[in-house]
Amino acid sequence: MPQRDTLAGTFTVAAVLCVVCSLAVSAAAVALRPLQEKNKVLDRQKNILDAAGLAMGEYGKPASELSGDQIEELYGWVSEKLVVLETGEYDSRDNPEKYDPREAAKKPDDSIAIVDPEFDIGEARREKVSRVYFVIKPGNDAIQQVVLPVYGKGLWSTLYGYLALKADLKTIQGLTFYEHAETPGLGGEVDNTRWKAQWVGNKLFDPEGKPAAMVAKGPAPDGSDYAVDGLSGATITCRGVTNLVRYWAGPNGYGPFLERLKDEISSTVTASNASDQDTSKQVSGRRPRGDAHSSSVEA
Amino acid sequence: MAKSKVGKVLFGPIIDNNPIALQILGICSALAVTTSINVSIVMSLAVVAVLAFSSAAVSMIRNYIPSSIRIIVQMTVIASAVIVVDQILKAFAYETSKQLSVFVGLIITNCIVMGRAEGFAMKNGVWMSFLDGIGNGLGYGMVLLFVAFFRELLGNGTLFGFELMPLDRNGGWYNPNNLMLLPPSAFFIIGILIWVIRLNKPEQIEEA
Repeated sequence: MPQRDTLAGTFTVAAVLCVVCSLAVSAAAVALRPLQEKNKVLDRQKNILDAAGLAMGEYGKPASELSGDQIEELYGWVSEKLVVLETGEYDSRDNPEKYDPREAAKKPDDSIAIVDPEFDIGEARREKVSRVYFVIKPGNDAIQQVVLPVYGKGLWSTLYGYLALKADLKTIQGLTFYEHAETPGLGGEVDNTRWKAQWVGNKLFDPEGKPAAMVAKGPAPDGSDYAVDGLSGATITCRGVTNLVRYWAGPNGYGPFLERLKDEISSTVTASNASDQDTSKQVSGRRPRGDAHSSSVEA
Repeated sequence: MAKSKVGKVLFGPIIDNNPIALQILGICSALAVTTSINVSIVMSLAVVAVLAFSSAAVSMIRNYIPSSIRIIVQMTVIASAVIVVDQILKAFAYETSKQLSVFVGLIITNCIVMGRAEGFAMKNGVWMSFLDGIGNGLGYGMVLLFVAFFRELLGNGTLFGFELMPLDRNGGWYNPNNLMLLPPSAFFIIGILIWVIRLNKPEQIEEA
């Protein structure tokens, strides 16, 4: 061991320390990675179940209070698919589970610029391919709900959430945000269950098919099919929520996909009526049975 | 430095020599993570763990650390401890670690940790430094809990997540104090706490 204040001593100590510390850090990171990945997936599943109202509907409590088994059971009703937003077609890549839309939104090749949007979500780019979720309850054959990931800027932060639609693809089943940094007590009230409950059953589109769901300024007008109460003290957050819901519902968001899915659902229903025997075998199937049609349907 | 007594090292920092109230260190995270008690508890435990292990590790190698790079050596040890704790939280307490977000990582910059490494661990034995880390972590945690108690109760009407005072926006009677949910409120509470402690322990008052 060289003297501790010599040049050699200093370098030796620094080198040994770096090796020891990096070993400790990488050991922890590698050993805990599987658990962390599992948590991440579980967290996403919980958010989807909450947006779709499944946890509340089946167990009467939010997904965060359910056990792992219950989550797994409920999530068994949910299937995922990648959708090319521009065309509304399903994306057929290898390893779809590896695709991360949030990463894609940052890469120039996998995203497009948002130029002069009608409803501004405050982002410069969005991903080309998004992941959508279908809910098919056991004993059913047709899709009951579609869950769409949505995001957009509020006051301080980007709000990330899920918008769930009923099978008619026009009625909102639920809207939840799983990540945001709005002011607690003001904009942060987007997490308030009472406020979120107002979205349920509202219409997403007006009769002309334009996105019309909104957060009102002040209380929602009586009898409105589109508006929910504004959050007091959170004007900018509310405007952000209106914009992000309308953007993602519109032609630059999931519009083409919803249009195509409508045809797909109606043809699935017809098909399943025509051949009951065939469908009974598929009851446990988790995947939406749209693959066969998707190529023939023009959005 | 004379050999310190175990009791003094372990329990001294809780009130007599509290890192936040007397040394005014580590205020930043005390403002950020004290909106709910549950989160504060996890944060306190994280700080206790980081302090104890980094102090012990620094003390262990204190005779080998060249004085020219001692701060960076301490920093490296602390940073490694913080990353390990952060990884553990992400694996075993995912929900809370999401709420704590960047603040676990920011323990690295928490002045308490550096302060104890440089001020105590460099001059004392491993076991004493370990206890000193735990003591200071607990002192920090106590202030965190104190602040979080008032912020959660007055800002949200809840304690440990249980509803004690139903909020008016949920149909109850309590109109919450939104200031309590914002970081500046912690300044007021910590200020009042320091005042109360110094009323009872006038020896802590600095000379003007």
